Amino acid sequence: MIRLTDVAKEYPRSGVALAHISFAVKKGEFVYLTGPSGSGKTTILRLLYMDDKPTQGEVWVNGVSSKTATGREISRLRRRLGIVFQDFRLLEDRTAEANIRFALEVTDAPKATIRSKVARVLTQVGLASKATSFPRELSGGEQQRVAIARALINDPFVLIADEPTGNLDERATRGVFQLLRDINSSGTAVIMATHDLDLVRRSNYRTIELNHGRVVFDSSESPASARPFEEPYEVRETPPDSTERI
Amino acid sequence: MRSVREALTASRRAPLLSALGIVTIAFSLFAFGLFGLVAINIRRALDQVEERVEVRAFLGDSVEIESVTAAMKDIGEFPEVSRVDYVTKEKALERARKEMGEFADVFEAGVLPASIEVHLRPGMRSPTIVKSVADRIKTYRFIDDVRYGEEWVEKLYRLRNIASVAGIALGVAFAAVAIIIIGATIRMTVLARAKEISIMRLVGATDMFIRLPFLLDGLVKGVLGGLLALLFVWVANRVINEYFLETIFFDRQLIFLGVVGGAVMGVLGSLFSVGRHLRRI
Ligand SMILES: Nc1ncnc2c1ncn2[C@@H]1O[C@H](COP(=O)(O)OP(=O)(O)OP(=O)(O)O)[C@@H](O)[C@H]1O
Ligand SMILES: [Mg+2]
Repeated sequence: MIRLTDVAKEYPRSGVALAHISFAVKKGEFVYLTGPSGSGKTTILRLLYMDDKPTQGEVWVNGVSSKTATGREISRLRRRLGIVFQDFRLLEDRTAEANIRFALEVTDAPKATIRSKVARVLTQVGLASKATSFPRELSGGEQQRVAIARALINDPFVLIADEPTGNLDERATRGVFQLLRDINSSGTAVIMATHDLDLVRRSNYRTIELNHGRVVFDSSESPASARPFEEPYEVRETPPDSTERI
Repeated sequence: MRSVREALTASRRAPLLSALGIVTIAFSLFAFGLFGLVAINIRRALDQVEERVEVRAFLGDSVEIESVTAAMKDIGEFPEVSRVDYVTKEKALERARKEMGEFADVFEAGVLPASIEVHLRPGMRSPTIVKSVADRIKTYRFIDDVRYGEEWVEKLYRLRNIASVAGIALGVAFAAVAIIIIGATIRMTVLARAKEISIMRLVGATDMFIRLPFLLDGLVKGVLGGLLALLFVWVANRVINEYFLETIFFDRQLIFLGVVGGAVMGVLGSLFSVGRHLRRI
């Protein structure tokens, strides 16, 4: 479903961001992407939704190759992906409902089904009662749920999340994690970049760890005990009651 | 429908710049139009003049009629020539008297020489062709002098060329400015909507879908500019007709072409700008 083969990404000014990255993600899998700041997590995710092309190797997503994809193919692919960010990316002048609807309106989805689809995803993320609230009237956690609802509106086969809890407090973080797990258990794959090692460790999902643009650990290839968590690295968002050693 | 609505929103966001864009398109087309008007009117004047363009060769005093007849037959076979007439001294005098009216008495019999009048075929009346025919006629021994209204034909031609060049240069300059201004308006709108556009991309809107409102915006401005220019040119034409001389106006095809020209400018301005700025979002 998703496959990277010997992918490298080099930026003209900042140099090598990724090198020799190869891994595959199966249908319905849940994958954490971890690693210190600047290790290349965001870069990998951007290659997955084809916001950029690798300078070497090939990225395959749902039958679309980074080598041959046309603009139209990329647009069509993104309609089958859900993408979520740390900063929510909601339109401030639209209600929760309108923000979600937006994703359907700009992709020529059939009008008749819009209303019921929006209601369904709002219920799924637990925000049915906040449909007409504007982003500024919602908490961070709620805003992220709206963003997730928008990502779910097209029944994606994979949800790509780049530090979705980076701006949330611990309680909201746990809520969003739970939501992502629920989404995953209904069959949608989830690929999530995160700094929150506490949560990563508490769950049993596959973890791919990056450092300096290389995969230094992939739990699907090594026994769980070999996780290199002893190696301390910078954690940007630490929950207040975290027991994490820094 | 959405695109039309968004195109209008885009213009509302920068009303002054939008108006300026329309007006510069109008100026550009006005420049083209005004000089175009001059050109088509000179063209018409030339057509009328050309119908009368003839080469007149004056004969020396002591010419045998046989050689003149032979020469006339020769000249009549030039590919450019349609007809050759012989004008006797008497006829020349009569004609001159008629043309001069009250000054008729200044001419005395025998003062005006006999001549042959060479009429040219249509399409064979440009200054270079007329001159080449005149030069060939000059080679006959018994021809004293050849006249063919050279200066003013050439002057009219030159005037028309100047009008065309000036019109095109001015029009192109304004067109460039118009495209830049339209581009700047689009730039502002693109930047103001950067977030919206980036989300559109993320959820899978196609490039065409994102661009369409901007292109429509340019199209509408171009057509408005075209119509405004048409109004300007029409008024200018009326004023000239009223106070100076009788002119003809553009026909429908040319008017249509002008408005299409405006639309093309508007769309081009949008296209360049939207391509450049979308890439940076
Ligand atoms: N658009 C870009 N242009 C140039 N260099 C870039 C660009 N995006 C990322 N980089 C570089 O690529 C490297 C990896 O960055 P990336 O954003 O993928 O890291 P990250 O793991 O997501 O970090 P963080 O945890 O802080 O979000 C960094 O050195 C960064 O400077
Ligand atoms: Mg990142």
